[in-house]
Amino acid sequence: MADKALGKRESLFVSGHRACHGCGLALAVRHILQATGNDVIVVSPTGCLETFSSPYGYSPWRVPWIHHVFENAPAIASGVAAALKAQRRDTTRVVVIGGDGATFDIGFGSLSGMLERGDDVLYICADNGAYMNTGGQRSGATPFCAATTTHPVGKASAGKTEKKKDLPEIVAAHGVPYVATASVAYLGDLRQKVKKAMALHGPRYIQIDTPCPSVWNFPSHLTLEVGRLGVSCGLVPLFEMLDGKITKIRKLKKRTPVIDYLKQQKRFQHVVAGEGSEEGLMAIQEQADRTIEKYNLLG
Amino acid sequence: MADIRVVEGSEAVALAVKACRPDVIAAYPISPQTHIVETLARMAADGELNSEYVRVESEFSAASVVSGASAAGSRSYTASASQGLLLMTEVLYASAGMRLPFVITGVNRSISAPINIQVDHQDTISLRDTGVVQLYVESAQEAYDMHIAAFKIAEDPSIMLPVMVCMDGWVLTHSYERVEFLDSKAVDAFLPLFKPEHYLVPADPKTWGSYAEGDVLMEFKYSIHKAMIAGKPRIREIMNELATLTGRDYGGLVDAYRTGDAEVILVAMGSMAGTIKDEVDALRKEGKKVGLIRIRCYRPFPHEEIWAAAHRAKVVAVLDANVSMGSEGAVGLDVKSKLCGRPGGPMVLDFIAGLGGREVNSTAVRTIVDCAERLLSANAPPAEAVWIDLNPALVP
Repeated sequence: MADKALGKRESLFVSGHRACHGCGLALAVRHILQATGNDVIVVSPTGCLETFSSPYGYSPWRVPWIHHVFENAPAIASGVAAALKAQRRDTTRVVVIGGDGATFDIGFGSLSGMLERGDDVLYICADNGAYMNTGGQRSGATPFCAATTTHPVGKASAGKTEKKKDLPEIVAAHGVPYVATASVAYLGDLRQKVKKAMALHGPRYIQIDTPCPSVWNFPSHLTLEVGRLGVSCGLVPLFEMLDGKITKIRKLKKRTPVIDYLKQQKRFQHVVAGEGSEEGLMAIQEQADRTIEKYNLLG
Repeated sequence: MADIRVVEGSEAVALAVKACRPDVIAAYPISPQTHIVETLARMAADGELNSEYVRVESEFSAASVVSGASAAGSRSYTASASQGLLLMTEVLYASAGMRLPFVITGVNRSISAPINIQVDHQDTISLRDTGVVQLYVESAQEAYDMHIAAFKIAEDPSIMLPVMVCMDGWVLTHSYERVEFLDSKAVDAFLPLFKPEHYLVPADPKTWGSYAEGDVLMEFKYSIHKAMIAGKPRIREIMNELATLTGRDYGGLVDAYRTGDAEVILVAMGSMAGTIKDEVDALRKEGKKVGLIRIRCYRPFPHEEIWAAAHRAKVVAVLDANVSMGSEGAVGLDVKSKLCGRPGGPMVLDFIAGLGGREVNSTAVRTIVDCAERLLSANAPPAEAVWIDLNPALVP
């Protein structure tokens, strides 16, 4: 399916990289670049993508790509954009592709600065909800109740006690022209959103749900299935905002309960089947209900 | 007619930067650096500066913006001081590692805690291991000249490293001095457009900032070190070329002042050298054979010049406006590592002086010379650095 969608055009992110089997992020990158075309410079922070795509001497990147440090991808991108402007290289665009740790947490100040300055950068966050490159530690993007290596389940702990940071809303509050959420389970929608963002100027933000078989702990052939269940239960709303107003929402044709999504992933095992797990499960279902109501996903 | 004016040191730096025509400038305020970026901002507001001026939200981003711009093939500049320089530390290591040749003014200021905005060298000394070339200047004129040299050094194909021009906060940034400016044609002839061999461009897609394992990492690090060491002759050449252009020769990597027959040689960096030179003259009149080595290029370290100027001396006294806690001053350690243990080398002593803006005045210089002579005649170099002007009553 995915290859058919890519058509005959040569991929700009070729095979041979070292991503885990079933990696949602690697899949997303290939489709992002299909939508951007090759007149781009890609910036990535430290993280899974940097690690699996850049072992010295090898590269799957067929576009210029730069990794600098963990928390500065937005500022590196601002610098690249400023250089392109100064050199009047008007057609070349700047795209950041980074993980949620870099985006929600350590690079958040740098991201906010870039957004506030109005720099001409498309920032794409591949959100797998934890620090996967270091083995799955909690980030600001980790969902409520998920078990992580720094917030494990134990006699005194039922996983993460805080909810996920609502970054798309925070980005939108900067007054940027384009904010969207996407999922690797809906690659056509993802490509369309990237294309739309590329047609605009100024700071733009797309957050992609990229299930991680290694740390979410599900069989690697189920990446798209898990992604779909995340969307259909309401926990991963797919929408588009232009100038701060929601202009497009992916409605749920067939709503599913959160338990169908959670039971696929061992990080939620304690919520699905454990003593006293009902409370956590109810809280997550309520969270999905609220999201469905907020974005009117059923209407 | 030469363009000669009395200007603030910060303005001299801003005018040098303007003359070098950077594509991108990143700016963030911190005392006592702020006048530099404010002056550049005024130039931009008046349409006199043809640069993208990026007003960032932190020094971390300032260093990152110039790194990104440099990788994309643009001449780039930023400035900072003290805590701001420390915040840039991680970025500077990576940028040197990726061979990004931007220029940064390191305005010297003390490091917290206690918070203090006066001059010492702890901030830039803390960055000595980053792979950034460090030049230290004594005057506003030298700051102007060295910023122009800095871009040429940074962008030299055999060097390709960031260059930091270190200048003492307040003493140099906020004092007004006579400065002689070059005309823009002369600067253009000296400093051609930045045309790097590699830069971020879709027509030639390259992967920058790879993950390197132990099988190649040492070679990467050695390449940076080698660029520094092998870059020394090139830095000398560039400084000579500029000296020919300006008529102002500061002596290359070090400024050796009355060292020829000196028995006692002081070593220092930055603006305190002015006071020391006056005191050297005064002591000479009293018959004491004293001289000064002012280190102008601290990284790469000019040990050949220091050996040439100091090996005939009896004692070398290093004034360190910094300290490596639990050891000594950084410059003292460097000088010792290159002078001590060689046959006929002088005794080398380390003095910690001038932290947090404490004045290194003529009395302090005399105290150091007296102390050096005493320790030499007793043949008793102390195990620890000597702290000058310390008030023991205040130390718990």
